[in-house]
Amino acid sequence: MKFWPLLFANLKRKKTRTILTIGSFAVTLFLFGLLVTIHTAFNQGVDVAGTDRLLTLNKVSLTQPLPLSYRERILQVEGVKSVTFATWFGGVYQDEKNFFPQFCIETDTWLKIYPEFVVPQEQWAAFLADREGSIVGRGTLDRFKWKVGDRIPLKASIWGGVWEFNIRGVYEGKRKEDDVSQMWIRWDYWNERTPFGKGTVGWYILKVDNAENSPRIVKAIDEKFANSPWETKTETEKAFATAFVRQMGNIKLLILTIGAVVFFTLLLVTGNTMALAIRERTGEFAVLKTVGFTDISILALILIESLILAVLGGSLGLALVKIFTLSGDPTKGLLPFFYLPPAQIALGLLITIFVGLIAGIIPAILAMRLRIVDALRRI
Amino acid sequence: MVRVDGNGNHALISVRNLDKTYRRGGEEIHVLQGLNLDVEKGEFVGFMGPSGSGKTTLLNLLGGLDLPTAGHINIGGDEITALSGRVLAAWRARHVGFIFQMYNLIPVLTAFQNVELPLLLTKLSKGERRSHVQAALALVGLADRVDHYPRQLSGGQEQRVAIARAIVADPTYLLCDEPTGDLDRKSADEIMDLLVRLSKEFGKTVLIVTHDPRAAERTTTILHLEKGVLVESGSKGGHS
Repeated sequence: MKFWPLLFANLKRKKTRTILTIGSFAVTLFLFGLLVTIHTAFNQGVDVAGTDRLLTLNKVSLTQPLPLSYRERILQVEGVKSVTFATWFGGVYQDEKNFFPQFCIETDTWLKIYPEFVVPQEQWAAFLADREGSIVGRGTLDRFKWKVGDRIPLKASIWGGVWEFNIRGVYEGKRKEDDVSQMWIRWDYWNERTPFGKGTVGWYILKVDNAENSPRIVKAIDEKFANSPWETKTETEKAFATAFVRQMGNIKLLILTIGAVVFFTLLLVTGNTMALAIRERTGEFAVLKTVGFTDISILALILIESLILAVLGGSLGLALVKIFTLSGDPTKGLLPFFYLPPAQIALGLLITIFVGLIAGIIPAILAMRLRIVDALRRI
Repeated sequence: MVRVDGNGNHALISVRNLDKTYRRGGEEIHVLQGLNLDVEKGEFVGFMGPSGSGKTTLLNLLGGLDLPTAGHINIGGDEITALSGRVLAAWRARHVGFIFQMYNLIPVLTAFQNVELPLLLTKLSKGERRSHVQAALALVGLADRVDHYPRQLSGGQEQRVAIARAIVADPTYLLCDEPTGDLDRKSADEIMDLLVRLSKEFGKTVLIVTHDPRAAERTTTILHLEKGVLVESGSKGGHS
């Protein structure tokens, strides 16, 4: 690249300005990366939700239980292949900030409904053999440096007392984005020991024969339990996950708004910087044109210079986010999927290139149109 | 031989009925009016005249930096008034070397990089470009200043770098706009020595605009531009 010394010399011309411009891009892309990481973390449940899984909850609230007897009646609905259930345990390990989800699960059907979770056979057998046994996701196991065989005390804020569980196995996700932060304990043990709520479950999870039948099945189940003491609300897992995320506000809109404002500001700042830099070099562009540089080559030189600044800063910002996310969830449990996906890195770089081009295009066109004799007169 | 009557034949530079009019405010200013000029290869021509007489405008037109209002400029068989944009830029790169009063070097580039600029537009390899640049800098006596930035050079040295940049691509002719105007006497003489040498030893055609009578004396022909019209002062030998 024989023009590189010219480009490099221009970048070195005002080092402070170059560093500040690169820094503007870096800070903006760091913010962008952080926002999309948080957005991804919130929406991961939505993205990986099974299309052939439905959830049946108490119509009043997620915190209200449903009777165990509903299981057989749900299974009678045409199109329902299998049903499992879970109850929220809500235990606290040592401190409330050590949050991770614990589910009391129905052991016969749980893994059939969730085939994306994998547990070694002998560990599952050990779990079934121990009423105080538990299976812990790889993420939580590593987070607390637990190992199979450890006995974990949990303060049960809902059910009272301190419950102790033996870790009998570890589950992994088949996909990178699968949630490996959960702890599974046995519903039958919980049902035996709980001081209240015996014979109830938190929610049902259904597998249907065909996702296209879901609307009919949803309707059939909710109609079946209409006007009963425990009316139900059935929805797809995806809809449930989406509604769950929405409880925290429209995060996507928030992120888009912040992102748009920040990028627009960056565009103004960088555009102004480039315009200033180009105006200072009016005479030099005249000289370049005099010795034979074409209008298009002047345009290209300025755009490349603008792009170099943008890509250097953008890459730095995204790299910093990537490094930041490598250490995992900074909230220690609220955002288990805290990572910057490659697609979002690519999107960040694309936006960077776009902003770099837009910021440079007007000064570049002005320099391209510059008449040599007018510019020489200004020197 | 230099002629201003429009009757020259086989000249390198042939100008016919050249008009240049500027519009300032609502007023038209006729800078050049029906100007004729013939310059043969190897001539060293000086243009003199009061400020505003159109000297720099004529030089800009001869270098393809500006377009005339009317008339023709033929350089070595190329009608440059018919060229524009990319073609004219390429033509300029190939045929014209410019030397300005204020040197117009790029401050962030070294002497070597400044001189190399016109060669970046050619297909020469890096090694070939290096040898051309070194030869040009050696010719102007700055072989030991290749890595110096303009701010590290004296005015005379800066102008010599500008001359090296003008000659590095071996152009057909050199256009110099007050090349000694910003220099002390000694440096001005050195620059004129160099231009004379380029004309005499290398057969370069040189056209120079100057206010300095001492510089003008070194040319072979002095032409006076008054109110947009060229007046020949006669061939005087010059070069001493």
